[in-house]
Amino acid sequence: MSKRQAVVAELPRLRRYARALLKDPVAADDLVQDCVERALSRLSLFKAGTNMRSWLFTITHNLHVNAVYRRRRAPDGQPLTLDVENGVTVQADQTTGLVARDISRALDQLPDEQRHVVLLVGLEEMSYKKTAEILGVPMGTVMSRLARGRERLRHLMEGDDPTVLRRVK
Amino acid sequence: MNTPPRSLGDAELHAYVDGELDEVRYTEVEAWLTEHADDGAKVEAWKRQKAALHAHFDGVLDEPLPASLQNSVGRNRTGRSMPAWMRIAAAIVLFAAGAASGWGLKNWHGNGDLAAIRFVQRAMGAHVVYLPEVRHPVEIGADEEKHLVAWLSKRLGRAVRAPGLTGAGFHLVGGRLLPDAGLPAAQFMYEDGGGRRVMLYVRSGRLGKDTAFRFVNEGDVAAFYWIDGPMGYALTGKVPRPDLLGLARLVYDQLEK
Repeated sequence: MSKRQAVVAELPRLRRYARALLKDPVAADDLVQDCVERALSRLSLFKAGTNMRSWLFTITHNLHVNAVYRRRRAPDGQPLTLDVENGVTVQADQTTGLVARDISRALDQLPDEQRHVVLLVGLEEMSYKKTAEILGVPMGTVMSRLARGRERLRHLMEGDDPTVLRRVK
Repeated sequence: MNTPPRSLGDAELHAYVDGELDEVRYTEVEAWLTEHADDGAKVEAWKRQKAALHAHFDGVLDEPLPASLQNSVGRNRTGRSMPAWMRIAAAIVLFAAGAASGWGLKNWHGNGDLAAIRFVQRAMGAHVVYLPEVRHPVEIGADEEKHLVAWLSKRLGRAVRAPGLTGAGFHLVGGRLLPDAGLPAAQFMYEDGGGRRVMLYVRSGRLGKDTAFRFVNEGDVAAFYWIDGPMGYALTGKVPRPDLLGLARLVYDQLEK
């Protein structure tokens, strides 16, 4: 597989991550596009034998931390039908569908630094070590952000978070 | 015997959910959870979060690439063939759905937990070692299949068998016993009319959470592997992916029966 093909092979995952991160499909694909263009222009810097996925996620992360994209995340409370219109498969199972809706909304409530970790570990199934490399932080930081992010999500999704109750009212 | 821990920190519970524990610790935490409902509830909630993330966002994996992205990467064979191949593999994963549960199935191409990855690396290593053997490719030949299977079952402590792959043109050459991180593992070797060899590597002993079909390749050796309860399986070969996938499906079907 050429390096370019290796980049292409990662596109579905990069798009999934970007979509979860930004919610707005257009902004998400812009992020992926910028990542790909940057990666292709620097392919010679990619060392054979190292992990293409990690490299691309690192680039994506660095781009995302750039405020341009952060500003473009869909605001809280934006109708989730947007995702459906844009082709995200919502599972037929009603219960799962409801939970999935909750999680997208709940993710909005997390600070970026927790959302990064929750998504890299929970959705992209990255190891703690890889996640730490991608984010450029120590592994202990990954673990504490993960713990805080997941506990926050748990409270949000199980409806016992006071801020959420206020919002719903 | 190890003394059971008196309490577990959340960090370790997260590590359990994320497949970051070694085999011994995984088993210990699993035992702990059966007796500590509070921790069990937390772990279940975190697993539900992961499942919800996959349920909500995995659909993106199957979407066609937007034109702008396709233009960025240029005309590229892989750009088209890769998603097609992924779809085929996804079909297999669905096919395999009976055994495992939930989001893990969709994540067959994930990088997975370390124990499973180390396992498949050992399987691929064994493949490379025995691939060129002409005189002694196996310890016991297919002519003594009954004996082979009984012996390996006894050593692994579980009933193992050599699935038939003749339908795909591969016949059983035989098998051998191998050490796998301190535990016995079985390797069955198959060969087709063209002299191509694939090997099924089987180990008993928990490796972590169950996985669906996963694919890896290193150099020109490729493997489909999966963890099912206490058993780990890896089918390795230097054959094209679609061929290996077909063979892996045959193996899986027979083992699940």
